[in-house]
Amino acid sequence: MTHRLHFTLNGQAISHPCDPDCRVIDLLREQMGLTGTKEGCGTGECGACTILVDGTPKLACLMVAAQLDGKSVETVESLEKSEEGRKILQAFVEHGAVQCGFCTPGMEMASLAMLRSGRPLDRMAIRSGLSGNLCRCTGYVKIVDAVAQACKGTDR
Amino acid sequence: MRPIFSPQSLPELFSIRNAHPDARLMAGGTDLLVRLRKQPADDRPLILLERIEALQRIETADTEIVIGAGVCFSRIATGECATTEIGVLAQAAATIGGPALRNMATIGGNVCTASPAGDSLPALYVLDASVELASAQGTRIMPVGEFISGPGKTQLGENEILLAIHIPRKRPAWTIQRYEKIGKRKSLAIAVASMAAALHLDENGIVHEARLAWGSVGPTVMRCPEAEEALLGRRLAADAIEAAAAFVPGSVRPIDDIRATAAYRRRVCANLLLRLLDS
Ligand SMILES: Cc1cc2nc3c(=O)[nH]c(=O)nc-3n(C[C@H](O)[C@H](O)[C@H](O)COP(=O)(O)OP(=O)(O)OC[C@H]3O[C@@H](n4cnc5c(N)ncnc54)[C@H](O)[C@@H]3O)c2cc1C
Ligand code: FES
Ligand code: FES
Repeated sequence: MTHRLHFTLNGQAISHPCDPDCRVIDLLREQMGLTGTKEGCGTGECGACTILVDGTPKLACLMVAAQLDGKSVETVESLEKSEEGRKILQAFVEHGAVQCGFCTPGMEMASLAMLRSGRPLDRMAIRSGLSGNLCRCTGYVKIVDAVAQACKGTDR
Repeated sequence: MRPIFSPQSLPELFSIRNAHPDARLMAGGTDLLVRLRKQPADDRPLILLERIEALQRIETADTEIVIGAGVCFSRIATGECATTEIGVLAQAAATIGGPALRNMATIGGNVCTASPAGDSLPALYVLDASVELASAQGTRIMPVGEFISGPGKTQLGENEILLAIHIPRKRPAWTIQRYEKIGKRKSLAIAVASMAAALHLDENGIVHEARLAWGSVGPTVMRCPEAEEALLGRRLAADAIEAAAAFVPGSVRPIDDIRATAAYRRRVCANLLLRLLDS
């Protein structure tokens, strides 16, 4: 029973035949060729696979393809296409918030959701917004610095 | 490969279940998909609950607050019911996993998983919550403490789903509600021990009603009526809390596991009561 999946991926309408119980992380990486999204743990613990579904951060390793039907998905590959996304990318580069880079796509997608929320973001709020994303390299300070810069002036 | 069904309504769900009695229910999938990953693959169908509107409601009625089983913890932590009325549940919800996980994990999944460490459970016990179960034949309601019959065990019937959680509205409202969780770190940590407390104090600061419940220190949520009683008629000061705390280590039933020893858990869950001092 192959399923024809209809969803929007980074702004583009997709109609794609696939197994409905295929993990979303595999759908994105293996079938859509979008290898930006990373699989760290595969069990919800690390946040490396964070994507936005209808604007909300979700974990692609704990979702099946059928859940995406009719939804809009954004991955790290979409960041360079929007102003807010480029702000995040630029801030991560300027602050050296990337070492091995494995956690970066998840960190950036969690940051994007925070930035869009328009909530006032002090360092504590940023840390708690990133609390589901593990980084084994940077020690987090530079990541928080980067997000703080990206969010500057976006409070509503 | 597993067939997947995505019913939009309860009648549709029940008819799919009827046709596929071996199907599994999946809400957020944060327990189920992790569990399925660890076992050999099978082709039992999955029924997704997330598109059923009836499971997504949060309603405040005259006498009760009703939370649909499919409501995710981020809505409970920050959304419609972060009111003082059921603050202990909102606080518990905010400790579950991390932000993205809370956008997926549902209260219904937490209750049905019935883990001794399930963070919503101690809060639901002190709030006197009941569960509403539904099948094609109708619905029934029972207290959450009756529904959960052991670690990982519930009274859910074969053809039933958990429809909603009912929380009676307390009048006058609880004066103090607290959820305290001890874990290895603040986020993405399963509780080593946890405590939910709801207290009613009169205008002179005297405790009139006290409800306490502990998680991760027994096969299910643990209560300690002696500790609750020890607080009654007293001011919420160190001597009263210490007197109450003295009963706690003897009434919980923790085990040693990879997260902590039983002895540590006994002590820490008594000490958690002391945190009420800074309310
Ligand atoms: C990384 C990680 C961190 C976690 N951290 C915590 C934590 O801090 N605290 C905590 O308490 N839990 C935690 N959990 C466990 C889990 O997220 C919660 O128990 C969550 O509430 C489960 O909800 P779900 O919707 O994802 O359930 P699912 O996985 O969809 O379902 C769980 C079980 O309940 C059944 N079920 C679900 N909904 C219904 C219904 N309406 N009717 C009948 N049966 C139903 C399913 O069939 C399944 O057997 C964590 C899990 C992960 C992966
Ligand atoms: S890969 Fe999904 S959370 Fe780690
Ligand atoms: S940069 Fe290596 S894990 Fe974060």
